[in-house]
Amino acid sequence: MSGDSASRTFKIVSREKAFYFFTSIGNYTGLSATSLKEFMDRINEVNLKSLDFHFYRRDFEKWVDQVLQDMELAEELRRMQKCSLAGEALRSQLNSAVARRLKRLSGQA
Amino acid sequence: MNLKYRNGSFALDATDVRILETLQEDARKTYTDIGRRLGIAHSTVYDRIKRMEQYGVIKKYTTMVDTAKAGARSITALMTVYTDPKESEAVAERLSQAPEVLEVYTSLSEELLIMAKVISQNQEALHAFIANSVAPLSGVLRIRTSIVTKKFKENIFSIVDNSMNEYL
Repeated sequence: MSGDSASRTFKIVSREKAFYFFTSIGNYTGLSATSLKEFMDRINEVNLKSLDFHFYRRDFEKWVDQVLQDMELAEELRRMQKCSLAGEALRSQLNSAVARRLKRLSGQA
Repeated sequence: MNLKYRNGSFALDATDVRILETLQEDARKTYTDIGRRLGIAHSTVYDRIKRMEQYGVIKKYTTMVDTAKAGARSITALMTVYTDPKESEAVAERLSQAPEVLEVYTSLSEELLIMAKVISQNQEALHAFIANSVAPLSGVLRIRTSIVTKKFKENIFSIVDNSMNEYL
């Protein structure tokens, strides 16, 4: 695994740069993620309304791109936008994409 | 004449309260205008206002701006922040420092919570403020926010004290 991949896999960001799950403007669920692994865990437990809210706003891909600096996963999330996903289907696709990415990065270790 | 200090506050009489109410409507009214309206000498109005200023009962004279007419487009939101009781004081203090936050209160209902009035340019800016500056504060558990759609009343000052009714 290159140092770059390893840093993306295990990167833990500060509280200020964490992803905070909201269900709508200003309504914070209390769930946050400071790493890609934690992000996947949260995807599986957060209210579906929150996933729809952030997916529609493209918040996931922005955070993955700008904070985790994982361009490949950001691109995959960007491609998912074309599929008009919502609800459980969205949760499932997000989980699969992040799980695949984590496995690929870990495999390179 | 000194104001009497009682139970942590100054004891105002009915005339003081009427003067404050008149100033609340229009702080630019002259002592003569106020005196004429209340049926008292302008020198009495002057003395009482100076005394209330001196004791800090009157904190300042300010301007209420109609932001829409001033060309500033903004939205107001009422935010409830649920916190860890150990951290609520610190969270309230941090919120108080933000220019977007106009008022901050703490309350204990079933959980300890902070209520704040927030002003922002638009919904996106409001969300960015809450997501980037409020949610990350240590001790914040959840946030509920309601955007104000219509304002029916906004008063800065009101003395609600039944014991004063006997004087009014």
